[in-house]
Amino acid sequence: MASTYTVTKEQILSISGVDPQKCMRCGKCSATCPSYDEMEYHPHQFVAMVEKGEIEKLMGSPSIYKCMSCMACIQRCPRQVEPAKLVEAIRLGVIRQQERNHLKPDDIPALLDPELPQQAIVSAMRKYTK
Amino acid sequence: MQKIGVFVCWCGSNIAATVDVKAVAEAARKVPGVVFSADYQYMCSEAGQGLIKDAIKEHGLTGVVVCSCSPRMHEATFRKAVQAVGLNPYMLEVANIREQCSWVHKDMATATEKAIALMQAAVAKVTLNTPLTAGTTPVTKRALVIGGGIAGMQTALDIADAGYEVDIVEAKPTIGGKMAQLDKTFPTLDCSSCIVTPKMVEVGQHEKIHIYSYSEVTQIKGFVGNFNVTIKRKARYVDEAKCTGCGACTEKCPSRKAPNEFNMGLNNRTAVYIPFAQAVPKVATIDPEYCIKLTKGKCGACAKICEAGAINYEAKDEYIEVEYGAIVAATGFEMIDVSPYDEYAYTQSPDVVTSLEYERLMNAAGPTGGHLLRPSDGKEPKTIVFIQCVGSRESCSSGEMRGKPYCSKVCCMYTAKHAMLTKDHYPDTDIYVFYIDVRTPGKNFDEFYRRAVEQYGVHYIKGAVGKVTPEGGKLKVQASDLILNEQLHIDADMVVLAGAIEPNKSARPLATMLTASMDTNDFFTEAHPKLRPVESPTAGVFLSGMCQGPKDIPETVAQAGAAASKVIGLLAKDHLVGNPCVAHSDEWMCNGCSQCETVCPYGAITYEEKEFRMPDRTTKVRRVAQVNPAVCQGCGACTVTCPSGAMDLNGFSNAEIMAEVDALCR
Amino acid sequence: MQMNDKEWKPKIIAFCCNWCSYSGADLAGTNRLSYPAEVKIIRVPCSCRVNPMFILRAFQQGADGVILCGCHPGDCHYSTGNYHTRRRMTLLFSMLNYLGVESARTRVEWVSAAEGARFVSVMDSFVADITKLGPNRRLEDLRCKTN
Repeated sequence: MASTYTVTKEQILSISGVDPQKCMRCGKCSATCPSYDEMEYHPHQFVAMVEKGEIEKLMGSPSIYKCMSCMACIQRCPRQVEPAKLVEAIRLGVIRQQERNHLKPDDIPALLDPELPQQAIVSAMRKYTK
Repeated sequence: MQKIGVFVCWCGSNIAATVDVKAVAEAARKVPGVVFSADYQYMCSEAGQGLIKDAIKEHGLTGVVVCSCSPRMHEATFRKAVQAVGLNPYMLEVANIREQCSWVHKDMATATEKAIALMQAAVAKVTLNTPLTAGTTPVTKRALVIGGGIAGMQTALDIADAGYEVDIVEAKPTIGGKMAQLDKTFPTLDCSSCIVTPKMVEVGQHEKIHIYSYSEVTQIKGFVGNFNVTIKRKARYVDEAKCTGCGACTEKCPSRKAPNEFNMGLNNRTAVYIPFAQAVPKVATIDPEYCIKLTKGKCGACAKICEAGAINYEAKDEYIEVEYGAIVAATGFEMIDVSPYDEYAYTQSPDVVTSLEYERLMNAAGPTGGHLLRPSDGKEPKTIVFIQCVGSRESCSSGEMRGKPYCSKVCCMYTAKHAMLTKDHYPDTDIYVFYIDVRTPGKNFDEFYRRAVEQYGVHYIKGAVGKVTPEGGKLKVQASDLILNEQLHIDADMVVLAGAIEPNKSARPLATMLTASMDTNDFFTEAHPKLRPVESPTAGVFLSGMCQGPKDIPETVAQAGAAASKVIGLLAKDHLVGNPCVAHSDEWMCNGCSQCETVCPYGAITYEEKEFRMPDRTTKVRRVAQVNPAVCQGCGACTVTCPSGAMDLNGFSNAEIMAEVDALCR
Repeated sequence: MQMNDKEWKPKIIAFCCNWCSYSGADLAGTNRLSYPAEVKIIRVPCSCRVNPMFILRAFQQGADGVILCGCHPGDCHYSTGNYHTRRRMTLLFSMLNYLGVESARTRVEWVSAAEGARFVSVMDSFVADITKLGPNRRLEDLRCKTN
């Protein structure tokens, strides 16, 4: 049964706080990405596709789980577009659509390791607790 | 009591068709203070002006109101007319009953009613008007050019050729600037030093130009036509008058560890040095940081070899004061520090160079004698990666910024030049250029870039470099190709960074001294972006070259000439006639709060300690505002800011505007 | 109360800066673009010359609306004048609103020398707003009345 819950572009923008219109199409995110070869859609395509509203395509792609949340694209983007936040927002969209968010917010603090980016842990938890 | 005359113009049928001019003239006669009124077909004609002149003489008018077209059209005409018969030109007001009445309203009754109201407002204003006289100030016929690069040199030459004295203040030991460091110039590929060094010689030999090299401006006082500038002549420990530029001292100097600025630090120079063979003035300079005699007290090798006896270890900084009529800022640019870009490994490998360093590596007078050799091992590079927009076009929203938000304008073209020159000398070199956009607007510019692609086979790749990793004598370049949608891995021998251009660091303190405005990127702002592009909003200050914004050599030379023509226009005047509609401060009301000084965009307001005789017969020293009428442009910002109401504006005084408000609300 | 039967026309004062808006108004005239005759223009060198006192005075004298027109931000002939205007008027208008002068009675608009049509549309809409509000009685000083 198809879920009645659809994820819109506006939701992705609001969850991620990213403005894809700031992108000047330089491709430095994709140049930086260590998972590039694993991905069907690459970081710069995430930005362009979200801007075009092609959320469904991205949600159905395994690319969203190939992103390691290393944040290199965020670090190096000259326009502060932050593509990794878009990837994370789409992952979150998938989870919300499936209504299978196994991780309770109260459980998160105990799982945090100060050495690692918080977002990496959160996304890993979601990935492996399904 | 004022005796006012009102003159209503028909403007043919332009006014008379919609406004009952007779009724306006009739109504005028009922306004207190009006002793005469008339209407006429064309007030601006000889006969119309004659009518006004005769009435002034006959009725002894002290003020005139002309109800006609916009004051922007004929105010000057009527002012001249009343002046001809001895009335102060500022005792005239124009009521705009054409553009703002007859042309915009159809109904005669309403239009006439409004015309009468506008006439009454003008009468109310002119009743309070006071005669104004424009002040004059003499002009010092000497110009100062700050910066001796191609912009400063061209400005100085153009001013000097018109017959005026020009001084150039240059911070470096020689003039020539960045252009002297370039190898070739785009899009013609002619040799840069072949065109700039003759200019340097011309400047050096011009009888009207004096060069203060190795000097800085430390203080600027005064205003347009009358600047007083303090120049610091840094101690160069060599007597400029005695030194012949033979270079014997530079050969003997045992201290050889100073980085050579002219070669972007790619090699070293001696402590006593002449920056390059064609330097102007060709005089040696001792670098006090590296000189053994000056740091340790022992050596003196240069003094011993100098036959002219020019070396003087006791030299001190000197300060001189000079008067100027105009100042030109030509402080130029620098390349940003690219070391914060860790991903490009600039600090990790000597083979990652900036494009200005690359320029020196290609130059026959450079550290490698014109052979392109890698700085790390002296081998010829086989694969070179050029990275565009390093620090240009970056988002400016974050507090911690590595780069600049603007396009640096010249990088696309000089990278194409570098690629072609490299291919010319070493045809089997593989060259990759990573770009976001190739921007080549300009005559023969795009053709030039296409030649790099089509004739020379330079690989232009739409994409960016993500990281550069030095590994086993190679530079591993990871990049994206957005057209093919793939990630590239290139083993390069050299990486060249096209760093963003930024204004010279000396520009900001200079702008403060000049009270000239700057944008957030520290480029000087122009008085008007379209119509006054080479003038600063500060009167008497002009802009030449990169200090105003990124530009290439021909644009710089064009702007330098334009700035020079503005300077010549200023210096050609014996006196500057000011605008009499300037602010003035009532010293008794002024409380010295300095708020007017802060809002004044022209730096026209200063504060003075003045002695006042108080009502109780004591004297008191008070700090009060002084407006310099030669600098004030009459915007009125200070009049509203002033909390005590001491500031007022001639020609648009509080009382005058208030009277207009009253008249129009009646 | 016969007075009120006569058709009421608003009194509107427009302060226009010499370099942009006054020329814009002239351009409206040159192009024969009509706007309500209730608008009466006072020329000032720059919008920043307009002292808040002038506006208070206008209301005191029975004006029904006051509008300030200046160059667009960034285009000020004196570089920064209209920025001062914007800040000062934001404060003044909020104070006037507190005193009961409806905020629609005061306005700051940017009209360039090329925008004759814009000048007209601004004045049309301003006059329409004031007409809707009716006469302003809040700050009017009856002692200033001549009739």
